[in-house]
Amino acid sequence: MAKASLRDLDYKVLQQCMHCGMCLPTCPTYITSKLERHSPRGRIALMRAVADGRFEAGTELAREMNHCLGCLACTTACPAGVDYGTMFETARAETEANHTSGGPMRRFYRWLVLEQIFLFPARLRLVGWLLRVYQRSGLAGWVRRLKLPYLLGRDLGDLEPQAPVMESPFSDGRIAPLETPPPGVPVRGRVGLLSGCIQSLAFGSVNRSTVDVLLANGWEVETPRLQSCCGSLHAHNGAPELARRAARALLERFDPSRLDAIITNAGGCGSHLKHYAALFPEGELAAPARAWDAKVKDIHEFLVATGFRKPVARAGETVRITYHESCHLSHGQGVRQPPREILRAIPGLQLVELPEADLCCGSAGIYNILQPGESQRLLERKTGRIGETSASLVATANPGCHLQLARGLRQRDAAVHVTQPVVLLAEAYQREQSA
Amino acid sequence: MAARLKRPLRLSPVRLYGASLVTPALAALQEITGPGGLLTDRADLIPYAFDGTAELFQLPLAVALPSDTAQVAACVGWARENRVAVVTRGSGTGLSGGSVPLPGCLVLCLARLDRILEVDPLNLTLRAQPGVITKEIDDEAARHGLFYPPDPGSMKISTIGGNVAENSGGLRGLKYGVTRDYVMALQVVLADGRVARLGNACVKDVAGYSLKDLFIGSEGTLGVITEVLLKLLPRPAARKTMLAIFSSMGAAAEAISAIIAARIIPCTLEFIDQTTLQCVEDYTRIGLPTHAAAVLLIETDGHPAAVADEAARMEEIVRRHGADEVQVAADEAEGAKLAMARRQAFSALARVRPTTILEDVTVPRSRLAEMVGFVSETARRHQLRIATFGHMGDGNLHPTFLTNERDREEMERVHHALSEIVDKTVSLGGTVTGEHGVGLAKKDYLKRQFDEASYDLLRSVKRALDPGNLLNPGKIFDLDPA
Ligand SMILES: Cc1cc2nc3c(=O)[nH]c(=O)nc-3n(C[C@H](O)[C@H](O)[C@H](O)COP(=O)(O)OP(=O)(O)OC[C@H]3O[C@@H](n4cnc5c(N)ncnc54)[C@H](O)[C@@H]3O)c2cc1C
Ligand code: SF4
Ligand code: SF4
Repeated sequence: MAKASLRDLDYKVLQQCMHCGMCLPTCPTYITSKLERHSPRGRIALMRAVADGRFEAGTELAREMNHCLGCLACTTACPAGVDYGTMFETARAETEANHTSGGPMRRFYRWLVLEQIFLFPARLRLVGWLLRVYQRSGLAGWVRRLKLPYLLGRDLGDLEPQAPVMESPFSDGRIAPLETPPPGVPVRGRVGLLSGCIQSLAFGSVNRSTVDVLLANGWEVETPRLQSCCGSLHAHNGAPELARRAARALLERFDPSRLDAIITNAGGCGSHLKHYAALFPEGELAAPARAWDAKVKDIHEFLVATGFRKPVARAGETVRITYHESCHLSHGQGVRQPPREILRAIPGLQLVELPEADLCCGSAGIYNILQPGESQRLLERKTGRIGETSASLVATANPGCHLQLARGLRQRDAAVHVTQPVVLLAEAYQREQSA
Repeated sequence: MAARLKRPLRLSPVRLYGASLVTPALAALQEITGPGGLLTDRADLIPYAFDGTAELFQLPLAVALPSDTAQVAACVGWARENRVAVVTRGSGTGLSGGSVPLPGCLVLCLARLDRILEVDPLNLTLRAQPGVITKEIDDEAARHGLFYPPDPGSMKISTIGGNVAENSGGLRGLKYGVTRDYVMALQVVLADGRVARLGNACVKDVAGYSLKDLFIGSEGTLGVITEVLLKLLPRPAARKTMLAIFSSMGAAAEAISAIIAARIIPCTLEFIDQTTLQCVEDYTRIGLPTHAAAVLLIETDGHPAAVADEAARMEEIVRRHGADEVQVAADEAEGAKLAMARRQAFSALARVRPTTILEDVTVPRSRLAEMVGFVSETARRHQLRIATFGHMGDGNLHPTFLTNERDREEMERVHHALSEIVDKTVSLGGTVTGEHGVGLAKKDYLKRQFDEASYDLLRSVKRALDPGNLLNPGKIFDLDPA
């Protein structure tokens, strides 16, 4: 986990980069700008210059590190094994700590989101509920038609249409604390389900599908109520202390020793959830965090590793589907093939590869809110690529990507529906029942 | 605009070549490149202070990002007027410091001249701007069933302009040659700011000196390449890749000589030693035979029947010369994976120690086994770690020092060892650089290889084409004050 400052970081981490440039063609911000400072190699050079005392960790560093998506495509591409993630989190933590990162407005939102909302599941749910009422009431349409968002000032106004549509009911209303496989399916063990923060509000149905799929494969599912955010948002946004608080809260809710696995279905959370040990290198939480890390599994990874049942084929037409990789699932966790294997196993789907499937869609946590321009450029590139595949479905496995793609496809008036692999698998199992 | 102009004003005047550069000059440069086309902030410049070479770091005065030939010419004109040195840059993957800035210089980064202008399927040519990525050239050719063979390890990010300026080689050099063999014509901005067109789309051309050849491998010291016309070949119908596994480095080197002596010219004959293999496997995890002392990556392409015949004969030869095992790739995809893994070799070596210093010595192929032996022996003598891989079929070795630039004492031993390897290379009739160029890193060694007359000739060419010593001065060699 992030050290407090770049100067305290083990110099080996910074020196590991031998500036070969092999990461450049995979970096979204370099691709769109062709500027070295917006490349991994350039950012590392700036960070190293800070450690060397040749450059100050001031507003320019902050600006650059905020421009980075944290998508980690560079770590996948880097043959030299450079640990960009650690440098990135350290630099962000340093610039946040010395207040060089952005003006008072930005700091206010950050405080509101990171400290006041995401750490408190009940408050988050309240926000979700208010949003739902707002979106359902017809108010949202009027507010937009009257261009009211602009009265809120540009920043907030831009934000409003990006708010995820809140599903009803939320996750906890759909899933019992303990569910067991239906009669006839032999029990293989028991897993815990991480319901996620955004996922549980905006994608309760994805959580439901995850449970259904696990049940159909013989896993009992434990889902503790009112789980807090996993803290990935905090870690990526330069707030390591808050990240630790979030992690501590989750560690208290699960007992890894009684579970075969702790399942996450959101790519962005998973890559953080698997590294709690780095948050607690020592102290009383060190051992529980290590035990936790060993048990956290992405749903697709878990299904493929334990051997999931392929749904039985039924007659019907074939639908073209393509798959967009969530950065933190593919680059962060190295889970690339399992979601595709699941899609290939579903009868009636024809999987076509998406060009640049592993290029960030611009969602990147709250990046789309803080860096709307770059986010939009990447989104348009992504929806263009989706168009090239002539698929009518696009699957992805992260709530942020899901929302971002849906928004981008709406902007284009494209008749492409966004969904997730577990949802499709759950539906396929369901169709078997109704046959 | 006004806000942008403030920045240059903060710079203190810079003295260069006796002339004083004041900030209105930078404002004029900004006029040429347009907003966003000129970088002068420290945060923008630090990322341009180096290339792929270890140990070199120098901030420039500014970085210009022109977007067409006219802007390039105007930038060169500006530099001449203000007596500011110009360092042209592609993607900065060079391994001899060619695009490393000089103090107070203008870096001319051509990354934004990145369009493929035309593919001519009748004449089998492709015309492109210099900032196009090498791999995109071959990808575009492939869309027409054609082939651009030069494939440096950096092809995913190196620019075609950089390739021409370094006359880069690649994994297919043995059969297909190097970049020079594919350049039919160039458009070049000369030191005086004029634009010259050299060469044409004709297969034969003896009209005057072959001027384009002067610019190929000139490392940005004679002109700025702003357009290239490349020759393409029909794409080979079949390809077969295999890995031959050896328990000694010497045996692998001898197997190479035997293949060549058997009059077989495969497209690829790459050598990888154990350290390199281990690093590449750590990154790619594709199940490389890391127990081997050395492996040869062998690839043949062409007509399916010829490919099958050559593959069989080479397999027989390497087995006869001590290969313990030969693994044949199941299909082209698996073969491509192996080649891709080999391309990561240099970067992957950075896993071992903080600093990787790579050499590029090349010897006549019959002396390869001797050279490989000498490198191992030198490493032992100086107690250094050297990993070796390279385009063995071309006689081109990349002994790579795994070291730490912050350890002064060790660096001293590294430089001694380097010097000995260079001397040995020259004594075997070899060259100090097969494909990475001289730049700054090999400048001192060049004199050992050249006799006086030829060294003088090099410099006369430079004086004739760039009398003001404007373009990448001090790279390759120093000009004595005229
Ligand atoms: C991992 C790795 C693997 C490599 N593998 C190989 C290999 O297999 N074979 C090989 O030959 N090289 C290899 N290289 C070296 C390097 O990639 C090549 O030299 C490449 O051609 C440089 O291209 P570039 O665009 O990065 O040029 P730069 O590094 O930016 O510039 C290189 C030189 O060319 C000049 N230059 C660039 N563009 C122009 C232009 N338009 N006009 C005039 N001068 C120009 C510069 O001034 C400089 O002197 C490798 C490098 C790395 C990092
Ligand atoms: S991060 Fe890795 S791939 Fe990128 S320049 Fe550094 S060493 Fe090369
Ligand atoms: S994390 Fe993504 S955006 Fe940031 S440097 Fe790496 S590849 Fe580029």
